[in-house]
Amino acid sequence: MVGFLGDFDLAEEAAQEAFTIAAEHWPRDGPPANPGAWLTITARNRAIDRLRRDRVLAEKTRLLEVPEVIEGEMNLGAVGFPDERLELIFTCCHPSLRLEAQVALTLRALGGLSTEQIARAFLVPEETMKRRLSRAKRKIRDAAIPFRVPAEHLLPERLAAVLAVVYLIFNEGYGGRGDLAAEALRLGAALAELMPDEPEVHGLVALMLLDDARRDARFADGELVLLADQDRTRWDAATITRGRQALDRAFALQGRGAYVVQAAIASLHMEEPRDWPQIAGLYGELVRLTGSAVVELNRAIAVAEVDGPEAGLALVDRLDLDGYQYFHSTRADLLRRLGRAEEARTEYERALELAHTEPERRFLRRRIAEVSA
Amino acid sequence: MKYLLQIYPAAGEFEELSEDEQEAIVGEYLAIERSPGVLGGDQLQPVETATTVRVEDGETLLTDGPFVDAKEHLGGYLLVEADDLDAALEIAARIPAARMGGAVEVRPLVER
Repeated sequence: MVGFLGDFDLAEEAAQEAFTIAAEHWPRDGPPANPGAWLTITARNRAIDRLRRDRVLAEKTRLLEVPEVIEGEMNLGAVGFPDERLELIFTCCHPSLRLEAQVALTLRALGGLSTEQIARAFLVPEETMKRRLSRAKRKIRDAAIPFRVPAEHLLPERLAAVLAVVYLIFNEGYGGRGDLAAEALRLGAALAELMPDEPEVHGLVALMLLDDARRDARFADGELVLLADQDRTRWDAATITRGRQALDRAFALQGRGAYVVQAAIASLHMEEPRDWPQIAGLYGELVRLTGSAVVELNRAIAVAEVDGPEAGLALVDRLDLDGYQYFHSTRADLLRRLGRAEEARTEYERALELAHTEPERRFLRRRIAEVSA
Repeated sequence: MKYLLQIYPAAGEFEELSEDEQEAIVGEYLAIERSPGVLGGDQLQPVETATTVRVEDGETLLTDGPFVDAKEHLGGYLLVEADDLDAALEIAARIPAARMGGAVEVRPLVER
């Protein structure tokens, strides 16, 4: 509908009218043979009627030629209706839109969430979210953001933008009736179905599933529990299996992008005992892909497990992450293992200053006591 | 759809290039102006040549210099006809100023 009319609001209104007509007629006349198709055709017809009545709007709206099937009979068995979800998500995640607008539009258009639900999920007033959505829809129309899957040469960066939005929804939404992680998982599954040959899509799905599998073990008595200390019996085995299946699909497609690598690392971290050499190697790939100092920090931790704390410390000391809590706690841990108690204590204290949860503070205080003994 | 591409080069970037490099850049601009979809375009003379006009109570007020006193000023423009924003953005991305520390603003025109 959006592609046909190039205008979100018009499409939404037309769809609303179609539903209203259905609600009036179907109880009396019975539903048509293909309700979904009927709704789409009716919505298009209502939209066309309205456009014919308003010629100015018609001029401004990029009206494509009306397919004959709409004028003909409503025998819709043989007619296929295109699944426009892929075009829709690329439109919603167009990089010319602000990131927060991309997120809101995606949840609205693909998740079917109400403006109020989205506002609550991101802790902003409903008015703010309403304006955010309106502004974005207007820009799509006025600047003519195209409604299509991007051309080959644009696809990698555009797909990365879509995946980033989905991952953001997974990580940062706080819902009223449960968080938005479920929404993100649904979007990921839809993407995997619509773009089955894109390894990074399967990589992201794997990453989200493996994270989601640990959901119930992540908190104990309202406090965050580190991976190593989690009660594994509370991990959802079925979800882990699905996550690893998605990862396998990504590998089968020669996937070696950032999401695939992160998912592979997540999968390895959940094994006991951990394959540290492989983990270290994968972090190395991730560093090459992202250039991130934080990823390099994680690699250093893995290297320390393989080659000893001296080797890990050498890598950590090359990083400029002063003020980053885990930089100091990592340095402290490596120094402690090397018997350099004084220096370890200094770093633990620095980390303690930066810690922002009670469990972390308690843990760091215990370590300080240990190295001071 | 018509779009105006407003070109904002990074201050001084072009001037720091060698003569040969400058010639190559100018060649690029001319080639872009001749590409399909580009209806026209021009380079503006430096901002020191600008005069700003306001009319208040029937009186014409002139100031020496640009409307907005910023570090970066409009250096040129392209008028483009494109099917959609992506097509206009592709042309914008080829503009030398965009990769030399400057930027190009792409805005659709009001259709009358």
